[in-house]
Amino acid sequence: MFNDIFSSGALIEAWQIIQTQFPLAIWETIYVTILATVFAILIGLPLGVLLVVGEKSGVLPIPAWFLQVLNVIINLLRSVPFLILMILVFPLTRLIVGTVVGTTASIVPLVIAAFPFVARLAESSLREVNPNIIEMAQSTGAAPLQIIIKVMIPESIPSLISNAAIAFTTILGYSAMSGIIGGGGLGKIAINYGYYRYKYLIMVLAVILLILIVQVFQSIGTHLSAKTDKRLKRK
Amino acid sequence: MENKIQLQVSNLKKQFGSETVLDGINLDIHKGEVVVVLGPSGCGKSTLLRCINGLETPTGGTVSVDGIEVTSSNKKITQIRQKIGMVFQSYDLFPHKNIMDNITLAPVKVQKRPRKEVEQDAERLLKRVGLWEKRKAFPRELSGGQKQRVAIVRALCMKPEVMLFDEVTAALDPEMVREVLEVMLELADRGMTMIIVTHEMQFARVVADRIIFLEGGKIQEESSPEEFFTNPKTQRAKDFLQTFTFEKRKTNNI
Ligand SMILES: Nc1ncnc2c1ncn2[C@@H]1O[C@H](COP(=O)(O)OP(=O)(O)OP(=O)(O)O)[C@@H](O)[C@H]1O
Ligand SMILES: [Mg+2]
Repeated sequence: MFNDIFSSGALIEAWQIIQTQFPLAIWETIYVTILATVFAILIGLPLGVLLVVGEKSGVLPIPAWFLQVLNVIINLLRSVPFLILMILVFPLTRLIVGTVVGTTASIVPLVIAAFPFVARLAESSLREVNPNIIEMAQSTGAAPLQIIIKVMIPESIPSLISNAAIAFTTILGYSAMSGIIGGGGLGKIAINYGYYRYKYLIMVLAVILLILIVQVFQSIGTHLSAKTDKRLKRK
Repeated sequence: MENKIQLQVSNLKKQFGSETVLDGINLDIHKGEVVVVLGPSGCGKSTLLRCINGLETPTGGTVSVDGIEVTSSNKKITQIRQKIGMVFQSYDLFPHKNIMDNITLAPVKVQKRPRKEVEQDAERLLKRVGLWEKRKAFPRELSGGQKQRVAIVRALCMKPEVMLFDEVTAALDPEMVREVLEVMLELADRGMTMIIVTHEMQFARVVADRIIFLEGGKIQEESSPEEFFTNPKTQRAKDFLQTFTFEKRKTNNI
């Protein structure tokens, strides 16, 4: 089925599609992924912080049952496959965006799918902070909120940044998948042309572009993370 | 040394599960007094210090600083902690903040003092311990001894009334121990009230006004350094001191 992939007809057609459709698709993919990542962090980061500081031995203990509920919700959301979650949250999507199809509409399920994941990532970043320095901060009489904002978060910045890059690339993958049911961007192109119309060249190109976007954002994340890490010796 | 009681520990008890670590400790510390706490490993020296600034909640008894009781009440505990400077064995500098920011963070954010004033204090103190040039360095760029001196400066910058030191030289290479102990000796000379846990016996003898020997959850012996080191009253203290002396055991027949 791949034998006519490089025939001159296919190449010309591909070139036309690239010119007419790819710029918008690339833009849509990046815009959806960035927005969804930002919202997922806005919800997930505070939750991740709460999971750590809210423990009995944490700096801001919250009732154990509340922490338990939080954990269960996060685990539940994380165990639903993304495509099914997307359908499940259709009512919510319609409520917020007014429609369930299109690029913008796909942001809603992406955020719902990603924030629990982001919460877990943030949790693991914060757990890396040396408990001794938290205790040190407590011994100066700092209030819990001061410890969180001035010590715990600043001390885990490199790890939080590299986890943000992981979140971004995962959300990018989800957003491509959302192309199957209504989402826009490169994923939609890959599926429309590759799966429904057997235009594999287009599909391959869309995938290559997805890979490039992942590479770029991952490199930025790795670079920033290393740059903010004051524990490492830099050359 | 003045007569005012700066820190009072009465009938302090601390249990971890069924293990009684502190079993009724009574201790009055006067302003400007230097008390060295000695005792075998695991006897509860760290636990005592941690109870004093509320990092552990006592099972019974009270600790009060300047007449204010250390309780779990949130407002009071933060107030009291600002009067107590604590330095731990592991320095615990914030790795992602430079030396200056490490020192000024708590005075500026917790005590809400003007940054300028705090920075002047920090400058004076850093110069005193010979580390002013390192103010922009990050902790990883400092040696253990330098880090520990910064940790002491950081605690001092809060203008504490009492300083607690928990084996601050235990993790240091021998040649760095001295530079840290010198700083503490100077502090003692300046009249700082201090409680020091250490395994440096010579230092303890020089710096202490009073030695407390802790074992089995109780204060077994309390005396002047001269008396404690030359003529310990209890057998336990004798045995303890014995562990710091070595005898030549080499024999010629193999
Ligand atoms: N958080 C804790 N939970 C349970 N047991 C503890 C805890 N902290 C200390 N202990 C126990 O209390 C006892 C006293 O510990 P502590 O650290 O105060 O001893 P120490 O005199 O400082 O010893 P070292 O000289 O080795 O530092 C030990 O038996 C220890 O196992
Ligand atoms: Mg100890």
